[in-house]
Amino acid sequence: MNSTELQTLATQVRRDIVRMVHAVQSGHPGGSLGCTDLLVQLYFSTMNINPEEFDMDGKGEDIFFLSNGHISPVWYSVLARRGYFPLEELKTFRKLNSRLQGHPATEEGLPGIRIASGSLGQGLSVALGAAQVKALNHESNWVYSLHGDGELQEGQIWEAAMYASHHKVDNILSFIDCNGQQIDGSTDEVMSLGDLEGKWKAFGWRVMTCDGHSFADLQRVISEAHQHRGSGIPTVVLMKTDMGKGVDFMEGTHKWHGIAPSDEQLTDALNQLESTLTDY
Amino acid sequence: MVDTHHITLEPTESKDTRSGFGQGLLEVGHQNPNVLGLCADLTGSLKMNAFRDAFPDRFFQVGIAEANMMGVAAGMTIGGKIPFTGTFANFSTGRVYDQIRQSIAYSEKNVKICASHAGLTLGEDGATHQILEDIGMMKMLPNMTVVVPADYEQTRQATLAIAMHHGPVYLRFGRPKVPVFIDPSAPFELGKIQMMMSGADLTIAACGHLVWEAIQAAVELAKDGIHADVLNVHTIKPLDEKTLVKSAQKTGHVLVAEEHQRAGGLGCSIAQALSSQHPTPMAFVAVEDQFGESGTPAQLMKKYGLSAETIVVKAKGLLGR
Repeated sequence: MNSTELQTLATQVRRDIVRMVHAVQSGHPGGSLGCTDLLVQLYFSTMNINPEEFDMDGKGEDIFFLSNGHISPVWYSVLARRGYFPLEELKTFRKLNSRLQGHPATEEGLPGIRIASGSLGQGLSVALGAAQVKALNHESNWVYSLHGDGELQEGQIWEAAMYASHHKVDNILSFIDCNGQQIDGSTDEVMSLGDLEGKWKAFGWRVMTCDGHSFADLQRVISEAHQHRGSGIPTVVLMKTDMGKGVDFMEGTHKWHGIAPSDEQLTDALNQLESTLTDY
Repeated sequence: MVDTHHITLEPTESKDTRSGFGQGLLEVGHQNPNVLGLCADLTGSLKMNAFRDAFPDRFFQVGIAEANMMGVAAGMTIGGKIPFTGTFANFSTGRVYDQIRQSIAYSEKNVKICASHAGLTLGEDGATHQILEDIGMMKMLPNMTVVVPADYEQTRQATLAIAMHHGPVYLRFGRPKVPVFIDPSAPFELGKIQMMMSGADLTIAACGHLVWEAIQAAVELAKDGIHADVLNVHTIKPLDEKTLVKSAQKTGHVLVAEEHQRAGGLGCSIAQALSSQHPTPMAFVAVEDQFGESGTPAQLMKKYGLSAETIVVKAKGLLGR
């Protein structure tokens, strides 16, 4: 899929996100909009997957873990548009008896989800376990994970970071959504993350940076990471994004971390996001 | 005369239940190539050395990072592996409750959480390490099976059995050497109460180290003409309510003994089951809303009343004798 096609999808996914969150008047649009381009890139271009026959073990497939589970709207939209489940199921997001729980879960059996996430800081450990099993099973596939920058304040992330380099896990590619925002304000105000590049390097990881809204740049870091399989060094990408990307009044502020747009705001947002494919 | 089943009243050797786990893990490692071992810097204490040495590629040292261990174990189930995590009971539960809750129990992952040094019998290290709340925390989690075997042989058998069961399991065992009293040929079935002794006057239900105490108490009580059913409730969840109710119907009095806080443990599970199906007068031998302290296991069990003597006294009180 070329960059134009990916962009077309990303715009439609952003429409899905604001419509889903508006419909139930809850959810997390800011980070979802910010990570849309990465998830579209992974699911429609990078990953070797089998959406039609979802299998929990994912043998012979690449696997993606969303550690910052609150940005479930973007994941659900991308999974549905990639064919994991019917598009119209997006209408049930966060509603009673839905498979699309507020935070991703396996209990209702939604295809594409392999573990619950939402309580932050756990997903890197999980991704590493899955990556090690791929190595044990002699699979050439990759494990991808996504984490919020605020999530790096959780201690378990750094336990996992230490573990990854010690055990030479080199079939994992982790992305950090560096939008500089969290619920109470900017990360600098709430709990400074300091020199993130230096921190990851000190924990033994190869660190790359990229523009999270450029498919070309995302493709560049992914392709470079793939060349380092066998090095025994895990790779992390500090991905610069704008929270709320694509909707001008949501961009760059923590205020849209976890609230829903009003009817008027929805209209405003959708006017900025042309329907490129069919709405769900 | 006492009526016993599958036990010896005169055991000739004592062994620690953690060694039963270590032996079981080694055996299950040979049986099933999907079994993995993870340990948080307590390989010797958990007796996981033999597994590590036999299967170095399937053993993962995690360091002092239990939260990460639970997450990695959950991830390892994706791809069909059966990870067994090993650390002290305190660090296997309270320290990592949210990790277990979200990544293992809620996500229905096939992780076996194997916990040693549970309860007061951890001994001299003191209350920081003597967890007495773990059974309660684990049994409250949906999807979780909770197993507390009674001696070396049973812990070995339980380790083999939980590998065959698909789903998250909490396996709790201990540090001190205790009598090996269960006949190795006795069938071990997850979720099924094991009748150790039969009597018509009283039911004593126990788990873990307290099963042997319950048997000794039953022998003492028999001298006074009180004959007890002794139930080894090695699987606390799911609880074998059928066998339990049948015994309560026969004896009309139930005493529960466990190395755990009275709140939230086996006693609570049994009281809840009986109160709805066959309300029965009960007594409890457990730790009474206290933290432990340093001391030898024997001293601590005596001081906190987790002994055959206390069971005898409370049983007589329950029966009004």
